[in-house]
Amino acid sequence: MMAFKGGPRQGVGAVFRKIWHDRVSYAFLLPFAVVFLAFTVLPVVISVFYSFTYNNILETPRWVGFQNYIRLFTRDDVFITALQNTLLFALITGPGGYILSFVVAWFINETSSSLRTLFVLIFYSPSIAGSVYVIFGVLFSGDIYGYMNGFLINLGLVSDPIDWLNDTRYIKMVIILCVLWSSMGAGFLSFVAGLKNVDSQYYEAAAIDGLRNRWQELWYITLPMMKPQMMFGAIMSITSSFSIHEVTLSLAGFPSAGYAAHTMVNHMWDYGYQRFEMGYASAIATVLFLMMLLSRKLINRLLERVGH
Amino acid sequence: MRVPVHRRITRRLRHILRVRSMRSIGGDVANLLFLALLSIVMVIPMVYVINNAFKPLEELYLSPPRIFVQNPTLDNLRDLFSVMDTSWVPISRYFFNTLLVTLVGTSGHVILASMAAYVLEKHRFYGRNAFFSLVVVTLLFNSTVTSIPNFVIMSSIGLVDNYLALIIPAFGSPLGLFLMKQFMESVPNAMLEAAKIDGAGEMRIFFRIVMPSVKPAWLTLIIFSFQSLWNSTGGVLIRSEELKPLPYALNQIVSGGFARAGAAAAVSLVLMIVPIVVFVLSQSQILDTMATSGIKE
Repeated sequence: MMAFKGGPRQGVGAVFRKIWHDRVSYAFLLPFAVVFLAFTVLPVVISVFYSFTYNNILETPRWVGFQNYIRLFTRDDVFITALQNTLLFALITGPGGYILSFVVAWFINETSSSLRTLFVLIFYSPSIAGSVYVIFGVLFSGDIYGYMNGFLINLGLVSDPIDWLNDTRYIKMVIILCVLWSSMGAGFLSFVAGLKNVDSQYYEAAAIDGLRNRWQELWYITLPMMKPQMMFGAIMSITSSFSIHEVTLSLAGFPSAGYAAHTMVNHMWDYGYQRFEMGYASAIATVLFLMMLLSRKLINRLLERVGH
Repeated sequence: MRVPVHRRITRRLRHILRVRSMRSIGGDVANLLFLALLSIVMVIPMVYVINNAFKPLEELYLSPPRIFVQNPTLDNLRDLFSVMDTSWVPISRYFFNTLLVTLVGTSGHVILASMAAYVLEKHRFYGRNAFFSLVVVTLLFNSTVTSIPNFVIMSSIGLVDNYLALIIPAFGSPLGLFLMKQFMESVPNAMLEAAKIDGAGEMRIFFRIVMPSVKPAWLTLIIFSFQSLWNSTGGVLIRSEELKPLPYALNQIVSGGFARAGAAAAVSLVLMIVPIVVFVLSQSQILDTMATSGIKE
């Protein structure tokens, strides 16, 4: 906690005096804190609480212990599919988008500054362009007139058009491509900015110390200095890769063919907003929270090893 | 002494491509080539959206489809307002809804997050570290994952079907507070102390000294907040047709089929281009802010 005049051994009165003394600071914090606690923290707390209840909004929630979780993992095959899909999407688009963001940011940093501005714009735009991913539905349209089919048929690689968005073998791939395409967001900007700000003196010193090429430079100088940005980028990647939702709805429909693109968030929305089983939906959300927190821990461990 | 030609060319190339040592020219060329190729893949969907907005109807339904427009026309943009004016809710209303929610939500967020960031970074008080740790943890949980309890909260305080259901949560976005707080480290304490000695109150210090010196961070908060509000469809929180935002209208027009394809292409362009323009205008300052975005564990 905070250290301030007088040390830790103080009476309750002194604590209150300190709080009263800082009232202006609390007043500045208050408006944000109220909104933040009510609409970001409280929902997480409520989710965890509801996950142990039966709750259909109309009646008062009834305590059911771990029943929702037991049902999720033992009696809901669609959830198991959703869990597998979510893990697959997260494992590919999370690290994939993260590494892509870093590699592109690093490559961009190696170019001159005028090109840098242009490249940052090109790679960052898809992440803020909103619903443009709808276009992937046209590019991967299942008939002979879809761009990808037309392209492959022209090259003679396939003879019949592939039904990308209804064939369970291909749906996931198209969604992964689409997510990767729009994965260079806040984390990417953080990388670009962080790389730009690594002091060039370190590089000069390293050159004298005998680092030979840009790869050694990356591993021994750049990456260790970029750790804080890499943690931030990792959090952004976890958040987006575990909450894939709208892309699957707009590309594969709901429910997708054979639930091939069904994610945990899809499942949660289905139970929450279609069937009004808020307790069950909250259990799904809680499982998601745990998976995200776990990934964060894991990445923290991994980042500690960088540069050694 | 004459420098051999190939040396001069190499030197010139080095100058154009970059300046640092430990770089081979071959590597630099490969680097540029890689970025250029990947860029093409990245821009195809966006180029397609831009071209579509200017395609006459028969070109929108051309088979096989073409990316580039042959006979550009402004009909789609014109149709956007005339076609939709005949429907129940005019398109201008959806546009107004999105604009209102985005502008109010974003400005509120910038002010509230900056006030909180200022005291978290520059003042010492109980609970300050605990609160900031909570903010960093919640960066993980976006509105998609907390949607269901959020809906329950909104309905219990009667905000469903009200602009405020979209606007108020945006005020308290943890990402904005986090970025602003990190950037505030760069505001020199000496400047704040000097103002205090001159007798300035906290309000005055905040608005006259702190806010003007963190302008790059404003822009960063604006782009992130703007982007999420601008793309909001309202989801389950907005029920009435006349309160729905523009992305919702786009979905409706798209499912409206053939006759509305032109209008849909035009709406897509508007939705896509606005956040990109906002970013282009503020790019260098946003990068200044993002340099301080790191999380030290």
